Amino acid sequence: MTLNNLTKLVLASAVALSFSTVAQTSGRDTIQVAGSSTVLPFSSVAAEEFGNNFAQFKTPVVGSGGSSGGLRQFCQGVGTSTIDIANSSRPIRPAEVEACKANGVNQIVEVKIGYDGIVFASRIDAGDFKLEPKHVFLAQAAQVPQNGKMVANPYTRWSQIDKSLPDQAILLAIPGSNHGTREVYEEKVVVPGCQSFAEVKALSKDDAGKFCLAMRTDGRVVEIAGDYTETLARLQAQKDAVGVFGLSFYEANRDRIKVATVSGVVPTLDSIIAGEYPVSRPLFFYVKGEHIGVVPGLQQFAEYFVSDAASGFGSPLEAAGLIPLADGERAEILKNIRAKKTL
Amino acid sequence: MKVAEPLIKPVITAGTVQQKVNASLARRHRKERVFKSFGLAAVLASLALVLILFINIFSKGLPAFWQSAITLDIYFDPQVVNISEKPVQAANESDNAFRQRDIEWQTEVGFINFNRLITDSLEKVLPDARQHRRDLQRIVTSGERFALRDMVVQDPGIIGQTRTLHLLTDANIDVWLKGNIDRSLPDAMQQLSPKMREWVQQLSEQGLIQNRFSFALFMNADSRSSLASAGLAGAFMGSLYMMLVVIVLAVPMGVAAAIYLEEFAPKNRFTDFVEVNINNLAAVPSIVFGLLGASVFIGWFNLPMSAPIVGGLVLSLMTLPTVIIATRSTLKAIPPSIRQAALGLGASKMQAIFHHVLPLAIPGILTGAILGVAQALGEAAPLLLIGMKSFVASVPGSPFDQSTALPVQIFLWQGNELRNFFEARTSAAIIVLLALMISLNALAIWLRKKYEKRW
Repeated sequence: MTLNNLTKLVLASAVALSFSTVAQTSGRDTIQVAGSSTVLPFSSVAAEEFGNNFAQFKTPVVGSGGSSGGLRQFCQGVGTSTIDIANSSRPIRPAEVEACKANGVNQIVEVKIGYDGIVFASRIDAGDFKLEPKHVFLAQAAQVPQNGKMVANPYTRWSQIDKSLPDQAILLAIPGSNHGTREVYEEKVVVPGCQSFAEVKALSKDDAGKFCLAMRTDGRVVEIAGDYTETLARLQAQKDAVGVFGLSFYEANRDRIKVATVSGVVPTLDSIIAGEYPVSRPLFFYVKGEHIGVVPGLQQFAEYFVSDAASGFGSPLEAAGLIPLADGERAEILKNIRAKKTL
Repeated sequence: MKVAEPLIKPVITAGTVQQKVNASLARRHRKERVFKSFGLAAVLASLALVLILFINIFSKGLPAFWQSAITLDIYFDPQVVNISEKPVQAANESDNAFRQRDIEWQTEVGFINFNRLITDSLEKVLPDARQHRRDLQRIVTSGERFALRDMVVQDPGIIGQTRTLHLLTDANIDVWLKGNIDRSLPDAMQQLSPKMREWVQQLSEQGLIQNRFSFALFMNADSRSSLASAGLAGAFMGSLYMMLVVIVLAVPMGVAAAIYLEEFAPKNRFTDFVEVNINNLAAVPSIVFGLLGASVFIGWFNLPMSAPIVGGLVLSLMTLPTVIIATRSTLKAIPPSIRQAALGLGASKMQAIFHHVLPLAIPGILTGAILGVAQALGEAAPLLLIGMKSFVASVPGSPFDQSTALPVQIFLWQGNELRNFFEARTSAAIIVLLALMISLNALAIWLRKKYEKRW
């Protein structure tokens, strides 16, 4: 009967598959990367170019998950089922280094790949924003200082915060806490804005820290856990919304959103390189030293990523929106990778 | 109401019944009409919603099956493509040594600036090209230089010859030509520089830039450095491998389990318990299987992350209850007389089932299996948790290579930052997935119709 043959075939292939499963478990020849969604486009471009330029290595695979998510995966341990590189849009935290060490990841090589600006953008048919850190703080805080006292945030329109801002409802879409961008946003915008008040300066350091980062909970501040496209969708749905984006995302969607100036500076590649635009930050990736020499091409990929050909001026990564490192920095970082200088 | 007196029977003539019926008829007909119109309204509303969805997807996605390409005469200039002879394996050379030499040669080819060939050719059609080198570099999408390299690697004899090629233009040129960006916006908000827009206008008037069928969409893997050449091949192969795993694992296991439960298992508390749990398993949200897959298959069995084998295993778990339930209901529908006849003629139970019941059940089992596989094909949620939403720039060669899947690719493209280009591309990917799903479902219906037996 044909049925019997069919059954035999199916059973045989099931057995064969399960055997090959066991046989394949050791060893991996593809570099596995995960982490920051800000670094993801750059990392993907670098991976693709690497795969195309090095015939002997496979193209690295790049996942997202946010800086914190990536570093958590990174610190899960050593071995082929853990990732080799974590992308991060902020420096690794001491607690994360501890977590890594607890799981046997002792050799963490930090690689800075360049810079990125964080911009505030609104829909092109919305008002023009000229923001100061103070304005952003007043828009998102739970409590604001007024005449020496802390009162619940009374502002519902930007024009109430400052006459120069557009008369539109406050609706701020900021990155969720899984994103490294959030930390930079708080550190470079919210906290400086908050510290500009005499009332806050009078507080103790701990109290001031808590006070500055407390967010209003009336729905005017939305935390976006996903990518910038989600923030863009929010802007498309609500005309008044102001979103936080990476400069490169804005550059690719200039026909849909327009940027706000921060402290009077327009965010551009030049103003960020010159250090005039206040909300910029370095981008990193972290290489698992234990995997160098085990996963083929790991060292070469790290070196290629920061090479002038891949991420210097006129390179594919610059075209993708990365702000290149200064030449001195680049040489230093390359030296660190070659020497496997660990944290 | 007045109670009728017992001895005097109420006189019911045909006329009064008629009157009563006539009186209620209008009301009853109205009720029926109302119910029918509600039903019809529900059908129409759902049809309208499906129609809106389809119109939306197709109007956005269909144009993406064609994309702008530029026709250029590429001269493989020996001055630019200056490479040594392609290595040929000598008779006494080991495979490894040859591979080493081959890789060295390919690396050498990799150092060639194939962009030069493209810009040289562009300079011939654009007289003022030299003054705008940066813009010139951006006309053809960056991935095409690797296409030229691959042509040389495959056949070095091409060096010194001229070939007429259709090269994909930059994604932003495609966006501009299709009108997916507002052309009236000021320069500062445009993606193309004024010079490039002028060139694009000129080249498309000359007929050099044309909308051509996008083979890239089907032949290429995903790309981020050359957005115009991003394609579905990697995701398709990933999905295919996963479906193979599902067919090899879930279908035989599900059918075997169903035959045992339906035909052999004693009816007791234990089998009741198993049955209840299979139904529960069918109701478990798919994302839970993803969590399970991440902790068991990747965490314990050390299977590779982002690999179709793990995706296939997870989807097999998800499909298993569907297959079991479908197979059991098919077996139930086979009349007991078939079994009894076989048993009466002296067949063993095993023979009765495998020789008589199962062949009759095959169409139903196949239908259930195909529907299960189709469901697995469209599933994205569990795959996100086992690392399959990574960016993978190569087509997987085996179920153990890293890969994405079609539904996940839709998710990834939805998140791509060049919205103007990828909104259409995403809808095109949806159309491809829908086409696959519909053809699988059609196959299931066809099988059922063709082999269906009525008792």
